[in-house]
Amino acid sequence: MIFEVFRQEKKGQPFTHAGSVVAPDAAFADAWAREQYGRRGESEALWLVPRGAVHQVTEWADEFDLKYRRVDGYSIKERLRIARERAGTTPT
Amino acid sequence: MSARAQRLLELADDELILGWRDSEWTGIAPTLEEDVAFSSIAQNEIGHARALYELAAAELGTNADALAFDRAPDEYRCAAFVELRLMDWAHTIARRYLYEEADRVRLDALKASDDAELAGLAAKIDREETYHRLHAEMWAGRLRDESRFRDAVDELWPYALGMLEPVQRPELGRRVGLELVDANERGSHTPELAELWNEMTEVRRSAPGATW
Repeated sequence: MIFEVFRQEKKGQPFTHAGSVVAPDAAFADAWAREQYGRRGESEALWLVPRGAVHQVTEWADEFDLKYRRVDGYSIKERLRIARERAGTTPT
Repeated sequence: MSARAQRLLELADDELILGWRDSEWTGIAPTLEEDVAFSSIAQNEIGHARALYELAAAELGTNADALAFDRAPDEYRCAAFVELRLMDWAHTIARRYLYEEADRVRLDALKASDDAELAGLAAKIDREETYHRLHAEMWAGRLRDESRFRDAVDELWPYALGMLEPVQRPELGRRVGLELVDANERGSHTPELAELWNEMTEVRRSAPGATW
């Protein structure tokens, strides 16, 4: 079985994907992940998830060019300038 | 040498030599994951050896490296159990399992000792050994029905008993579910120790007095 391993570096921080372990069962996965992702004191906690439990989403439809919703396609610089002029404030 | 220093050297030598033996699997363990885990555990054992040597060294007026590497092979006090060069995984895991179970009996006794320094160190070591036991018991559980593993446990059992004081042995027998047999007592070494010692001390002997 493949287990995906998520690692939390410090308490309160989000878990991020660290890698995976191949193990015959969950107990082996825990023991092996402990050594591979924790022996240097680099982890506060680990989450192990059987790969089969992970849902993957890869299909994205964007047929109508709603680029104002995208993180990369919409500049507000010009609009901000106009808004500031209208409000009588200028950036410092 | 005081009885305490002798005892410390027994413990430290067991941990060092087993750590060394187990580290021989680095790069060739059955799976990549186990390779990393097994190497890490071997390193931990050597770390325990260092801490124990330091306690002994403070009493003997020397240092941990000198105790670990500058003694002659016949001055080591480890049990023959940890010296054996085991060439297959079944025996290696059987030894890890029996060693961890025996070490637990030993650490429990040390934690209750009047020697506060040693009791404190034993507690610290035991917190790490918890995970070694988990690893060993997991493997033992998985291989329990394999005849190669069972034969290896039976073969190594007299050696494992030799790690402990006679009074501690019934507890080990209960833990692993085996009848007591004549132990392979601590005190005489196997030819494998000299071989291991040659390799282990080779670099240090090549430059006497060097600091690293």
